[in-house]
Order: sequence, then C-alpha cells, then structure tokens
Amino acid sequence: MPVIIRVSNLTKDFGAHIKAVDGLSFTVTEGQVYGFLGQNGAGKSTTIRMLLTLIRPDSGDIEIFGLHLLKHRNEILKKIGAIIEKPDMYKYLTAMENLRIFATMSGVKLSEKKLLDQLAMVGLAERANSKVKTYSQGMKQRLGIAIALVHDPELIILDEPTNGLDPQGIADVRNLILHLSKERKKTLLVSSHLLNEMEMIADSMLIIDKGKKVVEGRTDELLNPEKIQVEIITDNKSRTLDILKDSKWSGSLMNTANGSIVLEIQKTNIPELNRMLVEQNVNIFSLKPKHTLEDFFLSVTGT
Amino acid sequence: MLQLLKIELYKIFKRPRTFIAFGVITAIILLVQIAMKFGGDEYVGLVMSGLSAAFDAPAQQVLNGYFVCFIILNLLLIHVPILVALIAGDMISGEANMGTLRLLAAKPVSRTKLLAVKFAATSVYTILLLVWVAILSLFLSITLFGTNQLFVARGLEVNIISASDILWRYIAAFVFAAVGLLTVASLAFMFSTFADNSIGPIVACVCVIIVFTILTQLQIPFYDETIKPWLFTTHMLGWKGFFYVEGSEGITVQGSIENLPAVIKSGLILLTYIVIFLFIASWHFKRKNILS
Repeated sequence: MPVIIRVSNLTKDFGAHIKAVDGLSFTVTEGQVYGFLGQNGAGKSTTIRMLLTLIRPDSGDIEIFGLHLLKHRNEILKKIGAIIEKPDMYKYLTAMENLRIFATMSGVKLSEKKLLDQLAMVGLAERANSKVKTYSQGMKQRLGIAIALVHDPELIILDEPTNGLDPQGIADVRNLILHLSKERKKTLLVSSHLLNEMEMIADSMLIIDKGKKVVEGRTDELLNPEKIQVEIITDNKSRTLDILKDSKWSGSLMNTANGSIVLEIQKTNIPELNRMLVEQNVNIFSLKPKHTLEDFFLSVTGT
Repeated sequence: MLQLLKIELYKIFKRPRTFIAFGVITAIILLVQIAMKFGGDEYVGLVMSGLSAAFDAPAQQVLNGYFVCFIILNLLLIHVPILVALIAGDMISGEANMGTLRLLAAKPVSRTKLLAVKFAATSVYTILLLVWVAILSLFLSITLFGTNQLFVARGLEVNIISASDILWRYIAAFVFAAVGLLTVASLAFMFSTFADNSIGPIVACVCVIIVFTILTQLQIPFYDETIKPWLFTTHMLGWKGFFYVEGSEGITVQGSIENLPAVIKSGLILLTYIVIFLFIASWHFKRKNILS
C-alpha cells in the first residue's frame, strides 16, 4: 500500500522545558483508519497541527502524498480535510454560509444542492439556514465534520471527532468513519480519548506519551486476541464459581471481587464457556471480553 | 483572490458590530448639521469674531454646505481612526478568538495571501466608511445648506476659496484622509496578528493614537523638531493642506495649494508607515504557531 503520511523524527519544544513532541516517527498507508492515542498533553494535537502546517516543527520531516509538506503546502492541503480539536466556526453565520465559506477556501465551488447534501450527510439539512450560535455542541461537531469533508479530501484528519456528542452521535461518527474508509476508500488519521471507539474503527494505531512513541502497530495484533480476559455476571455468583472451579477453567480464574467473575481464557473458548454455564442452568446476565484497548493503553503508558 | 476577498467582506458585513461605526458617524454628522441649521449664524459669528477685522462677511455667506463639511471633517477625522481600529484590530485576532483561524490556516491558501486578502477587506471597509462620511458631510450638507465660498480660518487670517474651486479640494482631502485611515488600519491590523483576542489589539492601537495625538498637539519646541515630524498623527492632518491656498489680502489663487511638497511628504510618510506595519504583520504571521 502507498504511504500517505510519513513522519520522521518530528520534534517540537515550547520553551526550554516543554517538549511537546520528541523524535516522533510513524507512517500511515492508503485506506487505513489510523488511530492516534495518548493522554491529554501527550502531544497528539501538536503533531496534528504540524501535519496541517499550523505549527512549525523544530526538526524532523513530514511527507504527505509523497511530497515534502512545507515545500508543497498548498498542493497537499487541497487533499486534506480536518477537524482540529473543538469545532469552531462563524457563529453569526448559518451552517450553509459556513460550509460555503470553507468550500471556497478549499478551492471548490459547490451548488446549493451539493452543500445541502453535505449537511444532510451529517443530519443537519433541516437546520441548514439556522445560525450556528443556536446549535448544540453535538450539532457544531457534526457541522465541523461536514466542513472537513466538503471538498471530498483524500486524507481526513479528525482530532477528537466525537467530543460533545451523545451516544447516538458517537455511533453516527463511527459509522461515518467506517463508511469513508471502507466504501469511499479514504485514509483517516483519528485521534480520540474514547479508546473503545478507536478499537472499533482503527486498523492500526500509534500510542504516544510525553511526545514519544510508545507503540505502533495493527490494532488486532496489539490487542493480542489469543489471550483475553472475560468478565461474567450471573444470577448466582457462588454457584457459578463452584462450577468454574470444577471445570477445565479452574486455573483461569483471575478475580472474583465485586459482583463479577473474571477469567483469562483463549478467545475461541468463549462460546464453549457460555454453553457449559447454560447447560448447568446458570442465568447469564453478561459475558464480555475485558482485554480492551483501554487496558492495553493503560498498561503501555504505565498509568 | 477575488473570491477570497468576497468571503472576507461577506464576513465583515454580516456582523452587526460592523455597522456601529456607520451609525456613530451618521449620528454625529446629523447632530452637527441640526445644530448648524438652527444655530449656525451664532456659531459663525463666534468663529469670525476672533479673526482679522478685514474679514467682515455676513454669516449667511459663510454658513454653507462646504463650511459645514469642513467643520465636520475637523471633528471627525481625529475620531474615525478609532472606529477603524475596531474592525482592523479584530481581523486576525478575532478569528483566533473564535477558533476559526486554525481552520483558515489549514486551508490551501498561503498565509501571505490570507493576510493580503484580510487587509484588502479592511481597506474596503475603511474606504466605505470614509465614503459614507463624504456622502453625509459633503453632499448632505450641500443639499441642506447650499454652496458658496469657503472661509477657512488660519490663526487670525482667513483663506477665502471660491465655490468653483472647492469640490476637487474635498475629493483630494478625502483621498488623503483615506491614506491616513489606512495607516491606522494597518497599525491595528499588525497588532491583530500578535494577539488571540480582539480587545488587546484595539486597545493598543487606540492607545498609540491617543499618545501620538497628544504629542502632535503639544506646543513644545523640542518635540516640534524631533518627534512630531515622524508621528503619523502629525501627517494625518495633512488633508487640511488642500484648503490652505496661495494669495494675499484676501485674494486667493484659483487651484493653488500653498505648500504642495509638504502635503506630498505627509502622504509619503503615511504610505511608509503602512508598508512598515504590513511588513511586520506579514513577517510575524508567517512564522506564528497557531495554537488557539
């Protein structure tokens, strides 16, 4: 797959003692949803701002679409759509007016119908002519996504795109990202603190801490699906425990505190475990994998 | 470029605050015109009483549209710069404050071009404001008070300019005033590139104008030769040069300007200020890390 973003030894200091990004290198290939993870202040937004030429790196190189970013700035930015942190736009203008302004700034002139279609895609068609100051945070976030996509960019950079959205809004953004990736073959770089969301959408990911790369790789490989923790909640915990202690998973019991039971088993054994408990007339309220990206993230960042 | 300029103008004229300056100017000019309509003779008598006894023109002859316009310009061209600073000081910092600067700066438009378009829009706004001043102060005054000779007081003397020799002087004065206002606009615009909120650049610009104006008006010989010749506020008054004419004993030379080189020098100094302010703005903005 062609490399879309290649970042090499990127460094940025803010003053003598604040190293925002420290020798960061990574690559994003075409068609990927690339998750960009890190705690607040880890350097995610600074890195994204350097990718968009908002901040000048102290050292290091950025190539996008095979071109040097600073030498081919306008050529590259024409093919990028971005949300940068919170969605800010002209509050005294309508959604339609905002969209038209940013489309023109991106070098495209779209008809009213096309603009309306863009707003319909994020569920804002009915409020197209309302001033943005009357919008909720979630609506502003969706308008921000429409603005990022208005010129049909090849690379989409979304910095915390689900901020301020309700659960339905988060699911909508997730589906939109998957649609853009799978159906429209876009490349996406997505930073988020909602790790479970990232787990559902990212093909690959990079975790950074204090401006440095902690780990980079394919999401499924990083999560190590062969070894998984499963949390079980049933109507009778003590009886369930007795059953498990008499089973082949007795050695897999990890934690029986609170109301749940946690086992570490092979992922492929989950259906068998479920079947055995049902056959023993145990009413299962919940059986879910616990080895999520969040656990992984916390373990690699040492928090 | 034209598309981008249209966008900037659209943004400026969609904001209610843009029209505050137009409203303020309209109110001041109308108040002066009302005062002149109902108490103009008394005012003219007061002005003429301090002049040489040689000039004994009837108040009805002195009080006309050109005279009222001259009074209004003397009042307004000191204060309009503050209104210009309200918009110019907000051009970049206002975008930073709203959070839209990062969106604009991440678009395929170079920062130099973005800055150029924004200053062009500021200039259009400034010139429109001045055109509005011209329409109200000159053309409405002519409609209300008619035309006649213009009496311009200079210390104890008076320049009398014939009615047929006045209109071009006003046009030239307004063009000169536009350069003066653009100097203030470029100062506020430069400050705007340094800040992430609008208040700072506007206050900084107004403070500079106040300090420079005070220094310009100070009657201290030491400053007359050292500082005053270089203050832009000194040269912003250069528009008056178009109404100082050659002549003696009340007879003026048609189409003359008493000290044209001084007027040109003032204009050039103002243009130099504009270039310096815009150069600093561009140099800083191109290197600025956009963190807002």
